[in-house]
Amino acid sequence: MTRKKAGKFSVLDRPNSYIGKTVPRPNLDRLMQGRGLYVSDMELPRMGHAVFVRSPHAHAKITRIESMSAKKMPGVIAIVTGPELAAVITPWVGVLSHLKGLKSAPQHAIAIDRVCWQGEAVAAVVAISRALAEDAAEAILVEYEELEAVTDMRTALDPETPVIHALLGDNLAFERIHDAGQVDQAFAASDAVAEADFIFGRHTGVTLEPRAVVADWNAAEARLTIYQGTQAPHMVQNIAALHLGLEESQVRVVCKDVGGSFGIKVHIYADEMATYALSKLLRRPVKFVADRIESFNTDIHARDHRCRGRIGVKRDGTITAFEIDDLTGIGPYSMYPRTSAIEANQVVNLVGGPYLAKNYRARARVVFQNKNVMCQYRAVGHPIACSVTEGLVDLAATKIGMDPVEIRRRNLIPDDAYPCGSPSGLKFEQLSHHASLGKLVEMMDYEALRTEQAALRKRNVHRGIGIASFIEVTNPSAAFYGVGGAKISSQDGVAVRLDAQGAVICQTSITEQGQGTESLTAQIVGSVLGVSMDRVRVILGDTDVTPYGGGTWASRGAGIGGEAALQATKILRKNILDVAAAILQSSPSELDIADNIVVNAGDGAARIELRELARIVYFRPDTLPPGVQAELMATRHYVPREYPFAFTNGIQASWLEIDTETGFIRLLKHWVVEDCGTIINPQLVDEQIRGGVVQGLGAALFEKCVYDERGQLTNANMADYLVPMSAEVPDIDVGHVVSPTLESELGAKGAGEAGTAGAAAAVANAVNDALRPFGAVITEIPLTPQVILKALGRI
Amino acid sequence: MTTATAISLIVNGERVEAHVEPRLNLADFLRDHLRLTGTHVGCEHGVCGACTVRVNSEIVRACLMLAVQANATSVETIEGVSDSGEISDLQNAFRERNALQCGYCTPGMLITAQDLLKHEAEPSRDRIREHLSGNYCRCTGYQAIVDAVAATARLRRGPKE
Repeated sequence: MTRKKAGKFSVLDRPNSYIGKTVPRPNLDRLMQGRGLYVSDMELPRMGHAVFVRSPHAHAKITRIESMSAKKMPGVIAIVTGPELAAVITPWVGVLSHLKGLKSAPQHAIAIDRVCWQGEAVAAVVAISRALAEDAAEAILVEYEELEAVTDMRTALDPETPVIHALLGDNLAFERIHDAGQVDQAFAASDAVAEADFIFGRHTGVTLEPRAVVADWNAAEARLTIYQGTQAPHMVQNIAALHLGLEESQVRVVCKDVGGSFGIKVHIYADEMATYALSKLLRRPVKFVADRIESFNTDIHARDHRCRGRIGVKRDGTITAFEIDDLTGIGPYSMYPRTSAIEANQVVNLVGGPYLAKNYRARARVVFQNKNVMCQYRAVGHPIACSVTEGLVDLAATKIGMDPVEIRRRNLIPDDAYPCGSPSGLKFEQLSHHASLGKLVEMMDYEALRTEQAALRKRNVHRGIGIASFIEVTNPSAAFYGVGGAKISSQDGVAVRLDAQGAVICQTSITEQGQGTESLTAQIVGSVLGVSMDRVRVILGDTDVTPYGGGTWASRGAGIGGEAALQATKILRKNILDVAAAILQSSPSELDIADNIVVNAGDGAARIELRELARIVYFRPDTLPPGVQAELMATRHYVPREYPFAFTNGIQASWLEIDTETGFIRLLKHWVVEDCGTIINPQLVDEQIRGGVVQGLGAALFEKCVYDERGQLTNANMADYLVPMSAEVPDIDVGHVVSPTLESELGAKGAGEAGTAGAAAAVANAVNDALRPFGAVITEIPLTPQVILKALGRI
Repeated sequence: MTTATAISLIVNGERVEAHVEPRLNLADFLRDHLRLTGTHVGCEHGVCGACTVRVNSEIVRACLMLAVQANATSVETIEGVSDSGEISDLQNAFRERNALQCGYCTPGMLITAQDLLKHEAEPSRDRIREHLSGNYCRCTGYQAIVDAVAATARLRRGPKE
């Protein structure tokens, strides 16, 4: 099911195009043979290893740090406290001007006087090995005076609750109120109204490689090289320079292999800032690799939301209105530089998004707490918005006795209604909710599953079907961060050149964390130019080498970086054909490039190999006609301008079984249909979807950072914090509808977060479907056996 | 307790003599002392499987074994089983099926999968999922890995008569 661009010739339709084809990613052998280069593998001469002494308290005054004996321990290079490091690096405040009213307090690389969450660094030890640094860290004595910890988001704004940052006046970081249409009238005119409190467990990314950085200040060059597993090298360059008092030209950020990101590595953490500063202070390379406990205590957390939702519906199934009141606790600081208000803001933007209902009221409040910071993690806000919306739609369907598929059919925005807007102000270019729903129902054989479910129920086997439609923000323009004052590029650039042997070198500002960035870039360059992929080498992740750009986050790599690659390669192709025409005494319009050879456009006959053309251009330019100067390198940049975001859509379904004796859920099957526009590599898209779904399944069933009332994280290890493993997850069928964005020639939208957006909602709806005979309704994740048994009244 | 102890072992077929602190675990020994950085460290408490290596032909978590315990053993890492060609068909299947994204779990995943394939010729999908259930992958959702292992098992069995 493809929507073709009407009457538009595309460079993507050329013969031997790689677009739309499954081809293996280049460079996988390196990773499969254990010969990758992750930051944690790096070792530089004179390198020191940093270990942080971290606060055991959620909120406390630091009254004394005693490190005399630790300083004398073997291998210790330095022990540095917050005030000492503050001489090298300035503090920051995580706010953006377009999030009106957002406030936060200055945050230091290492705490000064006070700690605000368990795990905040209070001192750094640098030693010649990590083990010796850890030994010395244990010998440092820190005295604290404990302060009352603010841990419950529900009471964070109460007058009797202590204010975490006195200068801010209260614990409210951000509030957004939205009111569209006639919400009260719509509810009054409804035949039924359903409401529920949706509760989301605070969880985290658990990248298999922890955060890692090597900072190398070369005092003689007055230049800092930062090796970091990051999604946004130019953002790191900007921020490091800003707070170390350097020019951006004095900072180089290099990103080699990255052991998983998912949004965890798109931020800049205090301990990373401290590592940059330590290198500058000590005039030598310093390495910091978080251990697993540090990862749980300091990698951003996400999704700690409680959202009251309300939906109105008529007897014919028409949804009349949505209303939400969302509350989220983000820890003691708004994260830097992307802020911690984006998730709640997205929830307000996205609730009700797939549906026709025009009446929508929302309030979102973001409060400070003495817990680890929360910020953007894969599918920011989407799983919350999707779970609330789809949970409410199912509750409405139950109220009026309508099938969940049928109520969606009656309310999803029709596929021919575009372009259109949402009540929260989003602009949709072209979505395909109905085509997607139709395809999903067919793929899963919905009617047969219902029959099977009914038959099994008679045998006391409780299976459920859950459906969840969603929309996804992709290809963000400057509307996301730039307009708020963040120096985070929304444009990306690609430089592509023909080397002296007729092969292609492509430098791109988007980054690779395993999604397949190198592959999709090589596929586009190879297709547009007419060269085979094995002749295209993609270079990325180095601010000294690549054009300036945003990197890889918010499902932007293929859509934005891919379009820049396409446009740059078109120019290179033109330049090559100009030279070829001069060499061959032909005209560029009569020539083409296919399979690494310049050929006649008409009959395809070979004229000159690119290898030979390059030899002439680089080594015998004297033989070219007078006035011909070849330009075998081209650079283009791209940023979306027409739409602030290229919205995509999709729908998921879950089929599962509940053991009502034990409360255990067995996932049997999961289906996804999604529409990311032009598909560059079907296998890579499907694997993004599958991986995303499983991250959502983790949130649905297992993952939760469990804090006690004193702000202590009680399960900061992988044995107690459960993640999905291979035995717990089902096979996932993926289907596609293709509605390319017309804003770019490539037509690609993002696909990286679609899986995570809707997986938990589909599972929660399936659980409630399975529990229908028991009259139990659960609107809380993770759906642990304890939650299930409580809802069944068994415990 | 902190005095360095002499150990002698075979690593990827080569004799290695070293003096190590008793507290040094095998993963850190391989990575930091021998610079065999293909053995990855994920959780350092035996849960994630990223540091899986073979010791005397059995798969072990290198983070849960001390280097001194590896004295007089034969240790094989991802670099060794790659260079010997032992798992080249499995690696091909991983490439074809895109059974890795960031690649951090992959060395441990490959060694664990090879362990299953050595012992069972026709593992079912459930059996493959069970055997790999101690190896954490955050990227793929596991299906592609299961597919690649199943495909390799089929290939190794050869065409059915």
